[in-house]
Amino acid sequence: MSRSPEETLELTADVLVIGGGLAATWAASAARRAGASVILVDKGHCGTSGVTATAGPGHWWVPPDPAELRETTIRNRLKSGFGLNDPEWMARVLALTWESLPTLEGFYDFSTDENGVKQYRALRGPEYMRALRKLVDSLGVTVLDHSPALELLQRADGSVSGARGIRRQAGGHWQVNAGAVVMATGGTSFLSRLLGSHTNTGDGYLMAAEAGAELSGMEFTTYYTVAPVRSTMTRSMSYAFATYYDEDGAVIPMPPGPDTTRPLARAMLKGHVFCDLARTPEDIRGRVPTISPNFMLPFRRWGIDPYKDRFEVTLHGEGTIRGIGGLRIVGEDCVTSVPGLYAAGDTATRELVAGAISGGGNINSAWAVSSGQWAGRGAARFAAENPAASGARPIGQAGLRPATVPSDVDLGAARSAIQGEMLPYDKNIFRSGHALKRSAETLDAAWAEFDARARGVGDALLRTRETAAMLATARWCVASALARDESRGMHQREDRPQTDPRFDRRILVGGLDKVWTRSDYGRALELAS
Amino acid sequence: MIELVIAERCTGCNACVEVCPTNVLELVAGDVPRIARQADCQTCFMCELYCRGDAIYVAPDCESPTVVDRDAILTSGLLGEFRRDHGWDEWATDPRYTNEHWRMESVFLRARDMAISEAVAKRRDGN
Repeated sequence: MSRSPEETLELTADVLVIGGGLAATWAASAARRAGASVILVDKGHCGTSGVTATAGPGHWWVPPDPAELRETTIRNRLKSGFGLNDPEWMARVLALTWESLPTLEGFYDFSTDENGVKQYRALRGPEYMRALRKLVDSLGVTVLDHSPALELLQRADGSVSGARGIRRQAGGHWQVNAGAVVMATGGTSFLSRLLGSHTNTGDGYLMAAEAGAELSGMEFTTYYTVAPVRSTMTRSMSYAFATYYDEDGAVIPMPPGPDTTRPLARAMLKGHVFCDLARTPEDIRGRVPTISPNFMLPFRRWGIDPYKDRFEVTLHGEGTIRGIGGLRIVGEDCVTSVPGLYAAGDTATRELVAGAISGGGNINSAWAVSSGQWAGRGAARFAAENPAASGARPIGQAGLRPATVPSDVDLGAARSAIQGEMLPYDKNIFRSGHALKRSAETLDAAWAEFDARARGVGDALLRTRETAAMLATARWCVASALARDESRGMHQREDRPQTDPRFDRRILVGGLDKVWTRSDYGRALELAS
Repeated sequence: MIELVIAERCTGCNACVEVCPTNVLELVAGDVPRIARQADCQTCFMCELYCRGDAIYVAPDCESPTVVDRDAILTSGLLGEFRRDHGWDEWATDPRYTNEHWRMESVFLRARDMAISEAVAKRRDGN
């Protein structure tokens, strides 16, 4: 540490972008192109942080001509999304994604297929995020790496005007006084060991909620991805050819189609589950290292031939990452319910496009590209009328400013409590009202203790605040899952197996001391009913 | 988790310190970077990808440290494999390591078609 822990680097910009992944970099580029001065702060390193850098999204990608293509795509998705999505938002996302990716020419080395046609749809994670880092650098965005945000700054009128955080490598604190803020900190997997998600602890949800923001769709957190046990390698492509076995070596029957989570989870609740990839065609085996170079790393290093040997697998929870929920969006510019605060990517609810089933990589990445740019432009517009000024109030609570006398809080125990409610298959995939109520009680008690006493200092400051964010997020997830007293899409209640038309609506959630939920009918939902 | 930064291969560029998303490594003046917070490693392999000296070894076990034989790793051919398969730096013009990520969608389609024809065959055999 080269600076005293008390020293604060104070900066001013029109727009502050919190986060450094896919949505954040698209947001920063759009705000800058709209003429705003922009500072981007990333918890880790903008270019390698987050779940895009370790993966490789193929975006939701439908050509504009003939027009029926997009119309059909939207109609089909409206059906599979169980009516919680919105055709206008889907059309906007398809259009902007299609326009945006080719603009990365010169930053990303796009491949051409056998016919010489340039392939814009799917970008490999490390190269994609490296390209976006180069893009924001070239546009003159000021990037602070290893500079996690801890809390927002709020003006007297309630609008958001910047943030404060720490500089992990340079030492000391930072404060950015901004006209407006884009929250793009990603979702959270509750530290499930999902690849690349260790920095995604839901910080943005907590910071926004402290400013008064609402969330939506937080009940949809039941997506899991398969990986070899003890590894983070949640790259799913090759598992399209997987055969799964129980402990006795009997093949576990899988339904046709990509949704293997529920049968796998059922089998894992009974015992160890093994897998081989022997069905993978020879030509594809040869190409796996140049399609997804990280996929083979654990196998090579453990001396496993996955095409021949059986290896044990597990399921890593995706939480709100390939789940759906996030901050509620109330305008086309991705503004949240708090003026001056915009949300993008997995920090925002993806119900608008995905509905009640996961958007997977395709819709989620298209959403990040689009919502990022809308949020960036929206923030730039807001900042033009509400210039940055010093003197705003820092509003962080849990883990920063305890409600009572601070005392030692066991972070490991708090984290275990959160994971114990949010990740187990029997509680989270196969849900029941009874178990959800018990989870809510456990988490409420943990929150009360944490909120009253926890105060992060020194090296534990960031971890303390991250734990508070995951705890708050877990409470919203459980409350929403209880409020949706039915089964719909990825949210399946064993005690309420039917989809109930009374719940043809989104569920909003919020609150810190006391968690509340209420219904959101929304414009498109009104039209549909 | 990250296990090794091999001194005789390290170029001293400190790129790993910079790119690690969870701030595991620490810069040491005049020496190789130190693995200062191994427990924070998220086993994402990004440090290996950005290491031009192929000096870093990340063990695939994300739950606990792995005892590794440094000399065996040095001769294993595993160092630098990830950066090579990505076709970065000196591998950029090697046609064997062209980025074929764009084929991912077609792989999923192959899997789907295989599953459909297997299901059809099963039904036929069953009848």
